[in-house]
Amino acid sequence: MLKIWSMKQQQQKNEAAAGPAAKKKKVTAAQLRVQKDLSELALPQTMKTVFPNPDDILNFTLHLTPDEGLYKSGSFSFTFAISQNFPHEPPKVKCQQKIYHPNIDLEGNICLNILREDWKPVLNLNAVVVGLQFLFLEPNASDPLNKEAAADLQGDRDRFKRNVRSSMQGGSVKGESFDKVVK
Amino acid sequence: MAAEVAAQPVNGTATGSRARWKHMDTLLSRPGAYTDEDDFAPGSVPIGNIEQSRILVIGAGGLGCEILKNLALSGFKHIDVIDMDTIDFLFREKDVGKAKASVAAEFVMKRCPGCVITPYAGKIQDKDEDYYMQFNLVICGLDSIEARRWINATLVGMVDMENPDSLKPLIDGGTEGFKGQSRVIFPTMTSCIECQLDMHAPRAAVPLCTLATIPRQPQHCIEWAHIIKWEEERKDLVLDTDDPEHITWLYQKALGRAKEFKIEGVTYSMTQGVVKNIIPAIASTNAIVAASCCNEAFKIVTSAASFLGTPGENNYMLYTGDASIYTYTFEHQKKDDCPVCGNLPKDLFVNPESTLGELVEGLAERPEAQLKKPNLRTEEKTLYYSSPASLEESTRPNLKRKISEMLADGEEFAVSDPAFEINFRFIARYA
Repeated sequence: MLKIWSMKQQQQKNEAAAGPAAKKKKVTAAQLRVQKDLSELALPQTMKTVFPNPDDILNFTLHLTPDEGLYKSGSFSFTFAISQNFPHEPPKVKCQQKIYHPNIDLEGNICLNILREDWKPVLNLNAVVVGLQFLFLEPNASDPLNKEAAADLQGDRDRFKRNVRSSMQGGSVKGESFDKVVK
Repeated sequence: MAAEVAAQPVNGTATGSRARWKHMDTLLSRPGAYTDEDDFAPGSVPIGNIEQSRILVIGAGGLGCEILKNLALSGFKHIDVIDMDTIDFLFREKDVGKAKASVAAEFVMKRCPGCVITPYAGKIQDKDEDYYMQFNLVICGLDSIEARRWINATLVGMVDMENPDSLKPLIDGGTEGFKGQSRVIFPTMTSCIECQLDMHAPRAAVPLCTLATIPRQPQHCIEWAHIIKWEEERKDLVLDTDDPEHITWLYQKALGRAKEFKIEGVTYSMTQGVVKNIIPAIASTNAIVAASCCNEAFKIVTSAASFLGTPGENNYMLYTGDASIYTYTFEHQKKDDCPVCGNLPKDLFVNPESTLGELVEGLAERPEAQLKKPNLRTEEKTLYYSSPASLEESTRPNLKRKISEMLADGEEFAVSDPAFEINFRFIARYA
């Protein structure tokens, strides 16, 4: 150990001197990473974030209003809950509205590979945001979370389109009523 | 695992003399082919180091208990152990419900008279730097990445050039079934837990749509009950994985699901295993990894032989026992952009009467920083964020506030900027 300390002193000589450590709580590794991700977050016009408690950057809401595609003009919001295990673990993201979408169930669970099985610590919040945007531009029938909607999309794209429009107005599809997401 | 401790033969008897440590004393009393002449003075120094060093063991589960036993049998006399859990299995029937740390400490002390083990039943986060400063070395036998990251960041933050004792070697053991690793970290000098974050295998996850539509395995049915069904039917109840009623509920739901898809094999204990992410422990993997960790501790404390983690040398030993047997030892390099050790906090002298806005402007002017769109926060507070827009708006009023209202003397704050890969960290010093 003596030798290690002399190596440390040598190392220190090669660097600028650092003062004694802070006594107060340190910014956590997860906070550091989220702060970095937020500074790099490039949101298009169709999206914005809301932080209910600005001091808590690990919990926020993302609002998305697609300007093209089947879900055009709907207002959708997603809660982001990030744990202290980030980025080892992905953020927990849920859709707050009950919507008719093949990859989102009625509880707001989302089937997006990078939110679960394909999450990697090198991915960042930007990747998640892009992934969500993509789900609304290109809903896909091969990863169904809402089986009826997926079958609908696969069977008859026009009917699916009509069902999406009516669900977004707050209407019912196959006996299930949905939240109104358009003004 | 106290049961394993019992199975361990105890060499010699404690008579209060050094008789029990005869062989160890011999080893430490003469130089060997690999001892470092500059660092190893045979005899009383290394023997005294073993006797006087204070070791902290974090975790008193399968790995932690094995580590405690090895340390005690290697002659360490002052050990502390922290574990927040109570016993639900693995130990002895009569101990169910008691704190793991206390039971493990008591058992090992009984077997190895003369060794004092002080348990703490609680979280590592309950303790502050003054507590961790007491120890010479920290060994982790944990199953939690979050806890590892926390102790790592704490030990990195404690290093103080004025005080050689502030450098606490961190030895980390980990096992998962037949696989394991041991690694040694000299905080701020060598690659840390955060540098090595991507070495942890991600938790195997099944796509949500598989769970929702075409389950194939009993585990899929349990995950479905856990992730989807609970939210649907018991939204307002927070799932407590230690509550038998909750596990039973999930088990029943999973069983119904499995029946529907003609899948067999859902059991109560499998439900518990999937929900709590219990990875079956293999006692001998724990023994191998614990042995490696304790050997490194012994060598670091005595300098009797070269150890893992010397800067510029190997610091990581991986072990695999599932495809025959394989081990590999290598140097995991320190990351320059590591958020914890890549950029250590620097002192920044601030006038408490000036405004946060002036501080932000000052950062923009600092030659090494020249931050254009900085985001600043402390552990508690978001000071000022240039982006995203919503946070800029809500934190803009802070720019007019006095430093003294926003930052305490000695408080750490982190600064990020899209132009820089790394985060800057500063400690506010009132001037």
